[in-house]
Amino acid sequence: MDLRIISKPDHDSFVQNLILNFHVEGVKRKGGSFLYDMIRTPQELSLDFDCTLIPPKKYFFPPKETLLRFTTAPSMKVTPVIEETPFILFGVHPYDIKAIKQMDQVFSRGVPDPHYLKRREAALLIGVYPTRIAPRAFWADMDADMVSEGFDLMLTDIEESFAVEIGSEKGEALLSRYGKTRQATAAEHQEMVIMQTVISELCKENGLNFPKNEIPGLLENANDNPIWEEKASKCLSCGTCIMVCPTCYCFDVWDDVALDLSHGERLRRWDGCLLQDFAKVASGENFRERKTSRYRHRFFKKGLYLFRVLDDIACVGCGRCSTGCLPDIADPADVFNRLHGDTGKERG
Amino acid sequence: MSRVMQSLSEDSPYVPRWAEISRIEDLTENEKLFAMRLLNGVPLCQMPGQFIELSVMGIGEAPISVSSAPRDDASFELAIRRTGNLTTAVHGLRVGDRVGIRGPFGNHFPVEEGKGKDLLFVAGGIGLVPLRSFIHFVLEHRWQYGEVTILFGARNPSERLFVDELENWRLRKDIKYLDTVDRADPSWKGNEGVITTLFQELKINPQKTFCIVVGPPVMYRFVILEAKALGLSDGQIFLSLERRMKCGIGKCGHCQMNHIYVCQDGPVFTYEEIFDVEEAL
Repeated sequence: MDLRIISKPDHDSFVQNLILNFHVEGVKRKGGSFLYDMIRTPQELSLDFDCTLIPPKKYFFPPKETLLRFTTAPSMKVTPVIEETPFILFGVHPYDIKAIKQMDQVFSRGVPDPHYLKRREAALLIGVYPTRIAPRAFWADMDADMVSEGFDLMLTDIEESFAVEIGSEKGEALLSRYGKTRQATAAEHQEMVIMQTVISELCKENGLNFPKNEIPGLLENANDNPIWEEKASKCLSCGTCIMVCPTCYCFDVWDDVALDLSHGERLRRWDGCLLQDFAKVASGENFRERKTSRYRHRFFKKGLYLFRVLDDIACVGCGRCSTGCLPDIADPADVFNRLHGDTGKERG
Repeated sequence: MSRVMQSLSEDSPYVPRWAEISRIEDLTENEKLFAMRLLNGVPLCQMPGQFIELSVMGIGEAPISVSSAPRDDASFELAIRRTGNLTTAVHGLRVGDRVGIRGPFGNHFPVEEGKGKDLLFVAGGIGLVPLRSFIHFVLEHRWQYGEVTILFGARNPSERLFVDELENWRLRKDIKYLDTVDRADPSWKGNEGVITTLFQELKINPQKTFCIVVGPPVMYRFVILEAKALGLSDGQIFLSLERRMKCGIGKCGHCQMNHIYVCQDGPVFTYEEIFDVEEAL
């Protein structure tokens, strides 16, 4: 693959050119945290982040979105709302690229969901390898430390400059038009690999104590494990773990209607299996009424059910759920290690 | 899947088609039958046991079983219990009002595999609603099926739905119909007791019988025991499961039961498929 090099000052010019010509969303620092937001100057873009609060899924699957607009009077009419405004998403770590790939699978398998897919197609994705590791991250153990696809451009910080991997023709065109780059030398190529490998190895120091492909098998025999009751007894059913998860895609749908009932919208918003009424039907029957069964469902869904569908575990080890969970019971690495029978390494 | 795709809007799978209410019949105090007609004139093309997502724009959407057998025209029937926001709104509608329809979704009862087999239908309460679509289909194609037995149980006489049809089934010579109520009142002269008490009178050929059960969640466990006591294997027992099927297309997650999306892989399952699935029954 053609590897390009862009110096740090030229990278700033590249970002400036993108801002002038496109809508750019990227990683910003806010207080002590990082989040995705609109980028107005190259200085706002913080590529040295460890992890963002909310994953980039919000751009394709927003926390709340309008699916349909309807009128009921004078006549019944429904118009689907499909967003496809092009934009550039700048600064996505490999684990989030992997998570987006899983979301793509979920929303395109069977009956495709154009509300997600059109937004996704409209996005140009510029990824970046991490230079820092969030305290609860274990993405290297989830094979989410390296990506070879799922991006248009992929940056690696090699100190004086960035190595830029090309992931698509669109990415290549963007780079050649708006960025000043040159061909990488063999030494720079090697430096990139070293940077990527070093951070991976560092990440592996804190995480799973066993290979991740054992997870589905562990879960198959874990239905009655006491860990579910133990952890769930502290669960607040707040849903934070779901909202910050880059692979959670469940949603609720509801209608918002004008006071005169003449028109309205059908919307969807993030929903999740940890919330109390998630599986409740109108008659009052709740098919996962107990916290323990909801808590267990989340881990089974990530590690076993979706594994059967996606052929991959639906956890990329970003650590957002562990960071966000107030009673600190959400850490998947801790749960999986416990199921594996290890109590050794203390997490967090 | 392609069948589902055909019935959905190309623009968005969340866009409903319009149907007009052509007739409303009170079934009980809480249940009404709505005869409807798709305005585009295209038949619904549902198979017995499938469900649709019913919309009242401004109120929302809910999964509802189709209660009629497949038809050549665009008409179909839904029997609806007033329970939540949507069904309460639907109960307030009148003939000529329009509703949104998406679907049909899900799999269906063993219409083809059941041909040549004896069929034992077990309906508890409004479990009769989805089962009625298959029963109608079987009665319309009576010669293709073997012995047909229908068991129906309601909590009390006032909660019995489709009473004229039930009496008609009772009189038919080509099927066997038995019913009971959990608690009788002075108007009731028939059997009293839970639905499993009807099994005592049954003589079936376990080699060639399919048992199709629809009822409240609590009923399944006990009916399954009775069916197995009759000699039926797990693969000969069919159940239709109720879940919160919000999107109908295997995305929203609400109906997920282990690795199964009830809206896609169900709502009809054999007991063999789900006996070891946690949270299924």
